Amino acid sequence: MRSDVTEYELSAPATLQEMLSLLAAEPGKYTPIAGGTELMVALGVGRLQSRSLLSLQHFQELRFLREEDGHVVIGANTTFTDLRRSALIAEHLPLLAQSASWTGAIANQNRGTLGGNIVNASPAADNPPVLLVYGASITLISASGMRTLDYNDFHLGYKKTQLRADELVHSVRIPLAYQGYRQYIRKVGTRNALAISKIALAGIARTEGTRIAEIRLGAASLTDRPIRCLAAEKALTGASLAADSLEATLQAGRAALAMEAKPIDDIRSTARYRSAVAENLLEEFLRSLAE
Amino acid sequence: MEELIDGIGASPLRKEGRAKVLGAARYIDDLSLPDMWHGATVRSTIARGRIRNLHFGNEIDWSEYTVVSARDIPGLNTVAHLTNDHPCLASEYINHPDEPILLLAHPSKTALHHALKAITIEYDEYPGVFTIEESEQAVAAQDAERIIWDGSQWNATANCFKTYTMYSGEGEEVEAGLSRAFEEADYIVEGEYSTGAQEQLYIENNGVIAECFRDENGDVESVCVQGSMQCPYYLVHALELVFNLPEEKCRVIQVETGGAFGGKEDFPSVIGSHAALLAMKSGHPVKLVYDRAEDMAATTKRHPSRTRLRTAVSREGKLLGAEISVAIDGGAYSTLSPVVLSRATIHAPGPYHWPFLRVKSKAMATNVPPHGAFRGFGAPQSLFGLERHMDKIAKTIGISPEELRRKNFLATGDYTATGQPLVEEVDMQKLLTRALREASYHEKIARYAEENKTSPIKRGVGFAAFMHGTGFTGSGERRLNSQVHLELLPDGRPQILVSSTEFGQGTNTILCQAAASALHLPYDLVTIAQPDTSRVPNSGPTVASRTAMIVGKLVQRASEQMLHTLSSFAALPENHTSQQFLEAARRYLAEHGTLRESVRYEPPTKIYWDDELYRGDAYPGYAWAVYVAEVAVDTRTYSATVTRFDALQEVGRVMHPVLAKGQIEGGVAQGIGYALYEKCVWKNGHMANNQMTNYIMPTSADLPPIHVHFEEVPSIHGPNGAKGIGELPMDGPAPAILNAIENATGISFNAIPLLPEDIFERVHSLGHPHGGSRELDPNTDRDTRVEETIA
Repeated sequence: MRSDVTEYELSAPATLQEMLSLLAAEPGKYTPIAGGTELMVALGVGRLQSRSLLSLQHFQELRFLREEDGHVVIGANTTFTDLRRSALIAEHLPLLAQSASWTGAIANQNRGTLGGNIVNASPAADNPPVLLVYGASITLISASGMRTLDYNDFHLGYKKTQLRADELVHSVRIPLAYQGYRQYIRKVGTRNALAISKIALAGIARTEGTRIAEIRLGAASLTDRPIRCLAAEKALTGASLAADSLEATLQAGRAALAMEAKPIDDIRSTARYRSAVAENLLEEFLRSLAE
Repeated sequence: MEELIDGIGASPLRKEGRAKVLGAARYIDDLSLPDMWHGATVRSTIARGRIRNLHFGNEIDWSEYTVVSARDIPGLNTVAHLTNDHPCLASEYINHPDEPILLLAHPSKTALHHALKAITIEYDEYPGVFTIEESEQAVAAQDAERIIWDGSQWNATANCFKTYTMYSGEGEEVEAGLSRAFEEADYIVEGEYSTGAQEQLYIENNGVIAECFRDENGDVESVCVQGSMQCPYYLVHALELVFNLPEEKCRVIQVETGGAFGGKEDFPSVIGSHAALLAMKSGHPVKLVYDRAEDMAATTKRHPSRTRLRTAVSREGKLLGAEISVAIDGGAYSTLSPVVLSRATIHAPGPYHWPFLRVKSKAMATNVPPHGAFRGFGAPQSLFGLERHMDKIAKTIGISPEELRRKNFLATGDYTATGQPLVEEVDMQKLLTRALREASYHEKIARYAEENKTSPIKRGVGFAAFMHGTGFTGSGERRLNSQVHLELLPDGRPQILVSSTEFGQGTNTILCQAAASALHLPYDLVTIAQPDTSRVPNSGPTVASRTAMIVGKLVQRASEQMLHTLSSFAALPENHTSQQFLEAARRYLAEHGTLRESVRYEPPTKIYWDDELYRGDAYPGYAWAVYVAEVAVDTRTYSATVTRFDALQEVGRVMHPVLAKGQIEGGVAQGIGYALYEKCVWKNGHMANNQMTNYIMPTSADLPPIHVHFEEVPSIHGPNGAKGIGELPMDGPAPAILNAIENATGISFNAIPLLPEDIFERVHSLGHPHGGSRELDPNTDRDTRVEETIA
């Protein structure tokens, strides 16, 4: 422990309303903490800047997972273990079950929450690419009420989001509309478990005959934030998977993805590797569609 | 006589296993002494320079703290190793990042964080050298600014801690023979191979608690350090120098130790001396325990290396001669580098017969924290080069890797490169046959060659053949002169007293098995004392795969001596039951008060070694092995994964099959990490990825099924025929894996760690973006340099 814990203040407001009032009274003073799998690591190595923490982990009203009007609604306090154990998720949103399964270690999954993973907003985060391709919307809550955004618009830049200092994530809503879609996800981490992504790609697609009728792609570690790969989607929508045009389609997809990829060199990998592997993963997905 | 079921060859429960499983085992950070303070270390933030000024910030009330600097050291400011070039605390000059400069102690651990932040140090920075090549260039260019270690003081040369030249015979004759061999060779094959640093990553970080006692005049009378360590007497000798005290006034106690792998061989001398200095100045017991980030950044790692081979080979695949040069990066101070280099040198020729051989080796100085002991101790480095090179020779001359090795293996009655006759049975042919069969090697070679044509995942198999010398090198065991005591407890049970330590590998258990077998007693009746230098004799350090064979044999001899004593003086009957033993023991104790049997090392056969010529019997015994790796290289992610591993070894009699299997599995896992995952990222000599998130050790999800096989050929040197096993499994995995990757992809990689990014860069530089199993022109070396091939 490289921090002096006596310099930190952690409190657990009795009710969600009370917490929202505290956040509203002095926006920016408090950092909300749920499972703590990110913030406690920062504390351990002496790098936790915020000295005032408010725990929301005990708010059961934020820990739910239910079907509602053809959607799955997932409360922000839902843990990755909850997601992995849900029959609803396993049946309708297999990519989310998969991304939850490789988020951190089992111990992290027992405490870490979907809301935390979203607001921490790491470009390498495991679950945002899946939420992006599934067309999720995100509901934020504050003392002044709730607002719902398209999750596509939530991430603004490196660790920057639409979340205001007086807001918490309330829930994520995903349409149950992917029967008949082909679904793909692959994470290339530094190792097969307990790893941070070097690159990850999630995709869903609907084909009509040998044509791609609809395709959505989401990636981690490809830019400064989790992204939908709109250029690649555009290039591939309507493209042919027929044997004589597959190579051209692959090339078009790869080229478009290359245009929107802005990866970096860091301690885990290189930009060149990330770009190349992202294209290879896309090709792997497209080839599986052609089979 | 009762039937004994838990002696050598059985797998009884570990002596300390129950306490570990129940969480009752107490490691150093679980322990506390009355009025104990905590310690912390102020470290350099530069790689090389001179300390200009130390500034203590006003925000701290320094009167609450004890601050120790080099000036407080009562004896020599040195950490005892082979040379005394390594300061205990830097007083003026800095030679590596994270070098200790000051020590702090305070009753509160938290208060130390504030104090560490309040100390600023100004330096005059000097240029550093960070690789073997930079260190060599400085010497070649006579660049005085970059001569970072002046060897003249230490009977060495600038920037070079140690060199060896080893010939396969009389020097001039071998040189002449080499000239002829290279003239007459059908092929001359050259290659260069390199390995990286590796962190031991024991679960428990380095830590100690120290006490200092003063006499009535207030002078330091004695010191006592307890902690996590492998070699209590190494720390005793370090304390003797730092405190200028006699040996018996420096007491060291090993407590339960959570892994070591060599990382707690020499380093406890540093942290143990530091804590004792703080205890001396503060007047309190002081606990000094590193956290993971400090342990990774500041303590020893495996030496990086570069091995160059130039070999002369006949058309038929006979090895005619070799010139091998091995260089290791020793870091900023000499520490154990000369001995690591010695093992690298002697293992460089591998298990092969070389008519003419010269090995030249050197340990270079760099401005990184000193590299130190790590399982294998130089052998994994030079054997990686050799076993990759053997595959290269095979490819160059167009025979299989198997055939090349079969034509050149050493066998019983042959002489090793140092001129040691292989008196005990050696059958590498048999080991190779069995290992390849266990791994279905031939069937897989054929199948994968077909499947790889169409699959995006390229599979391959490869192997390495090697040996590991057990015990200290050459005359080392004779010099150590190890001693073992065996006593009787008041109730008549025997107790083993040794300085050999348990750190997860099974020392307690196997030594008790050795005694149980020799005493004809059940394993549960035999006890082993905690290693406390005020009680146990110096049975040598727990290193060099020596404990089972050397110390085990001493325990066996002491046991036989005890039986003799009890039968002579206490009427112990022949073929005694355990009840009869205990009765005889109590009779003896009633009459004589105590019984202590004491034995010292005596080589079971004559061992001859010439340190000057580097000729003779290099090790008392060798373990022999063939390891087979199967890999999958995914051409989409450029990642290589080991999918199956077969480890076959001949380690003499296997003392404890379950522990032995565990040793091999663990060593193979560590070897897989060494080959494919674990990379130290250096930034001006500082380890930039000193955290487990970014220093990538493989997890169970990255490891394949590991199949462990033994051949048992009893050796005269160990108890009931046992030989050493600890380091061997570290030597084979890396070359076997890279040989398999070449088999899978057709691309030869000669540097480890080999990460997906490295494979990606090579695949793209070769101009075939999807890798593939296309054979490269075997006469062109795309990694190192173009070799001459004489048709």
